Amino acid sequence: MTPFAYHRPATVAEAVLLRWREPASAFLAGGQTLIGTLTAGGAHPSALIDVARIPDLAGIRDEGGRLVVGAAATHATIARDAGSLPGLAALARVIGDLQIRNMGTLGGSLANNDPAGEHAAAALGLGADIRTDRRTLPADSFFTGPFRTALDPDELVVAIAYPRPRRAGYAKMRDPASGYPVVGVFAAETADGPRVAVIGAGPRPFRLPAFERALAAGFGPDALAGLTVSAQGLRDSLHASAQYRAHLIAVLARRAVAAAK
Amino acid sequence: MRIALDINGRSIEAEVEAATLLVAFLREHMGLTGTHVGCDSGQCGACTIHLDGRAVKACLVLAVQADGRRVTTIEGVAAPDGALHPLQEAFRDHHALQCGFCTPGMVMTGLDLAETLETPDEWAIRAGLSGTLCRCTGYTPIVEAIADAVAARRERKA
Ligand SMILES: Cc1cc2nc3c(=O)[nH]c(=O)nc-3n(C[C@H](O)[C@H](O)[C@H](O)COP(=O)(O)OP(=O)(O)OC[C@H]3O[C@@H](n4cnc5c(N)ncnc54)[C@H](O)[C@@H]3O)c2cc1C
Ligand code: FES
Ligand code: FES
Repeated sequence: MTPFAYHRPATVAEAVLLRWREPASAFLAGGQTLIGTLTAGGAHPSALIDVARIPDLAGIRDEGGRLVVGAAATHATIARDAGSLPGLAALARVIGDLQIRNMGTLGGSLANNDPAGEHAAAALGLGADIRTDRRTLPADSFFTGPFRTALDPDELVVAIAYPRPRRAGYAKMRDPASGYPVVGVFAAETADGPRVAVIGAGPRPFRLPAFERALAAGFGPDALAGLTVSAQGLRDSLHASAQYRAHLIAVLARRAVAAAK
Repeated sequence: MRIALDINGRSIEAEVEAATLLVAFLREHMGLTGTHVGCDSGQCGACTIHLDGRAVKACLVLAVQADGRRVTTIEGVAAPDGALHPLQEAFRDHHALQCGFCTPGMVMTGLDLAETLETPDEWAIRAGLSGTLCRCTGYTPIVEAIADAVAARRERKA
């Protein structure tokens, strides 16, 4: 590991200033992605700015029709305490493994935007807002490409505001070795109509407009019978072909709708 | 950087490089070699320890991230007089180890499960162990040992 400096700022403003002053630095949250990358020599930041203990990034609270989850909330905390928002706790409960869930955070997962990162499914599937130190970004325009987001380099994710759906569910096909999803689908019946979001299958998370239209007629797995997805543009890898991923999307969409509570 | 933390009930102060992994700090600076290193990349769980009472992989944590926090390693599980923890007893009773390489990580993972699982359900335990790999036992005796510990905790609470 290349040596780096370590800062643990107490506030959002201090964290962003440190990051801005040192362009080669990086934010550190749970470290469950970043530290492995450092050990493997895949990144050489001049400094790490640890945001995991900043009070504004902690906790889960109710804000009228929305559940607001701090960016530093761990997957384990969300699995335990976000039960009032259908689908989200169920999704957090199946991320990676026990140890990863105890350290890994919501904000780190969204900012990293691994194409198989699971929190993107709920953020996009519920139409959440990503609140940063300087603005609010809708999930629909947040995920711009593999490992790329609409965040500025020195922009800090502070919290995610999820509108409460009527019901929502999540289904994944787990890679048995890594725990990551081969494909994951989040389906929600929201105040603005049905939303279906897919992760693991494309270069970035995406929605399925044809499935959403079908669900508008009646939110149940039967509404999706016979609907298929084209393999065009889907990920093709050692773990799963594009055709298999296309097949999984349709199967998991029905399972996510059936699991919706 | 100067850090101050609690390791197995002892207050420790130490000077570390920011780039020192917690697992390296525990093994090389503190001499606590019970925490093993299998993959150094977050896959195998051999390095599992507790940070503030919850199981984490010490090869994916920096020593500086543990500053001000409470760390428990396998060396801190048995009583000071050497009496084994009930989960360690259960591992012995069920022959839940062969070569022993994974065992410290298995016990630390199992202790988290023993605290957090509602029921000693076999499949919940197997899912809970998915980040901690054993190359010898075939898992069945490990799952049985942890199931005993979950059941024992429920009895204590009842
Ligand atoms: C063995 C293993 C299995 C895994 N399995 C899964 C899985 O099944 N599903 C899944 O979704 N994930 C999985 N993960 C990834 C895990 O969920 C990570 O915790 C997560 O992707 C990153 O969160 P973190 O808090 O650890 O971020 P870090 O590693 O600390 O940071 C990741 C990136 O995000 C940036 N960042 C962090 N916080 C912020 C913030 N608040 N604002 C702006 N930028 C920020 C950092 O600078 C860095 O670039 C797995 C990881 C491992 C090691
Ligand atoms: S050594 Fe840490 S998970 Fe393998
Ligand atoms: S007992 Fe040998 S690796 Fe588990």
